[in-house]
Amino acid sequence: MKAVIFVIGYLILAPFVGALLDGVDRVITARMQGRKGPCVLQPFYDLSKLFSKQMIAVNNVQLLLNLSYLGFIVISGSMLFGGTDILMCLFLLSTADMFLVMAASSDSSPFANMGAAREMLQMMAYEPLTLLVAVGFYLAAGTFHVGNIIQSAVSPVLYMPGMLLGFMFTSAIKFRKSPFDLSTSHHAHQEMVKGITTEMSGPTLAIMNIAEYYEKVLILGIFALFFINSSWWSWPVAIVFCLAIYFMEILWDNVSARLHWKTLLTSCWLVTLLTAGVNLLILILMK
Amino acid sequence: MGKLSKSPWLLHYDASSCNGCDIEVLDCLTPRYDVERFGVINTGDPFQADILLITGGVNSQTAPVVKQLYSQMPEPKVVLAVGICACTGGVFKECYNIRGGIDTVIPVDIYVPGCAARPEAIIDGVVKAVKLLDEKKEKIRAQKGREEQPGGTYGSEK
Ligand code: SF4
Repeated sequence: MKAVIFVIGYLILAPFVGALLDGVDRVITARMQGRKGPCVLQPFYDLSKLFSKQMIAVNNVQLLLNLSYLGFIVISGSMLFGGTDILMCLFLLSTADMFLVMAASSDSSPFANMGAAREMLQMMAYEPLTLLVAVGFYLAAGTFHVGNIIQSAVSPVLYMPGMLLGFMFTSAIKFRKSPFDLSTSHHAHQEMVKGITTEMSGPTLAIMNIAEYYEKVLILGIFALFFINSSWWSWPVAIVFCLAIYFMEILWDNVSARLHWKTLLTSCWLVTLLTAGVNLLILILMK
Repeated sequence: MGKLSKSPWLLHYDASSCNGCDIEVLDCLTPRYDVERFGVINTGDPFQADILLITGGVNSQTAPVVKQLYSQMPEPKVVLAVGICACTGGVFKECYNIRGGIDTVIPVDIYVPGCAARPEAIIDGVVKAVKLLDEKKEKIRAQKGREEQPGGTYGSEK
């Protein structure tokens, strides 16, 4: 019963929470740059505008692929919030990303194609660590099942602080923040215009944005999983930590410039090895 | 305020500007003027833009580009000519390669004069463009309504 409530809550609230976080993000970013910034509700205005615009489709499949992207992310998020297998949830998340890559490479724009290629590079950069995190949860809690992980006596983060650090590093890719916003950027002043979203307009782009909001909440949910244990007070603590981590991502976004893809790949793999790898070794030796 | 007026996204194109006006356009994004507080985003992408902001007059090389950018933008859209060059050709009007203002190639909705146009004037232009966007949206909606209800008046039963 609890799981059903969580899933329904995720399905309904996630886009709103995601959009609101995005609005807060834009305000904080503006303040960090000495500007006033838009209204917190700006992402909602943007979305409703995008839906009201004329639909220019470059081909027939793009909308379908974007919808699949949204669909798979929603399923993946529902699995996490429904308390099922975290490994399956992460696999579905990667599958969803493949649909985005296909959507971007389905059109003829060189910018979109280059964005698609870089999106795949980014997947290569974050995927090893994401899988290690799942293994870490298994070693810390003895199960891949989210519903059981949150019932552990102590928060998993005590066993896997290295993994948390590594995940914080690579989730900048998922949040599409610099220095890792290679495939597309929220601020369109980059060498590839809008990268993967270049040929998406109006409703298609809106669907992609909604999917990103679902994904944002999903990633924050995984962060929360690090902190939640069987006691009730771990929930508010987890939420506070999630917000703090999100704030740090914004800060990082504002103080760093975009990296070259080679640096992205080597730095992500190095961090994976040093944080998650060492953490994993210690966990294996401990058990 | 309508939906469009709360999130107007700009596409800035330099047709043949001396860069004076371009700098002023970028000025609008700096902390001093900060157009993002109106929800304005400077997208580099015609597919996502609502307002096409052009600086400089049109020459033979940029004419096809301007036409293509305009055709790639989804309806409703507004064209904003910034700087006297974009309005009429300005000091370059008599040059052998200049065709004249932007309106020699595509329909221009709003003209922002000045050499270079001041950021305040550009923001004024953008605010006007935003109002026009809403009006155009209404027109499109009214047209659609007529198509869906042949012979009926607005609000009548189908
Ligand atoms: S109006 Fe003046 S500043 Fe602007 S492009 Fe023309 S010459 Fe340059």
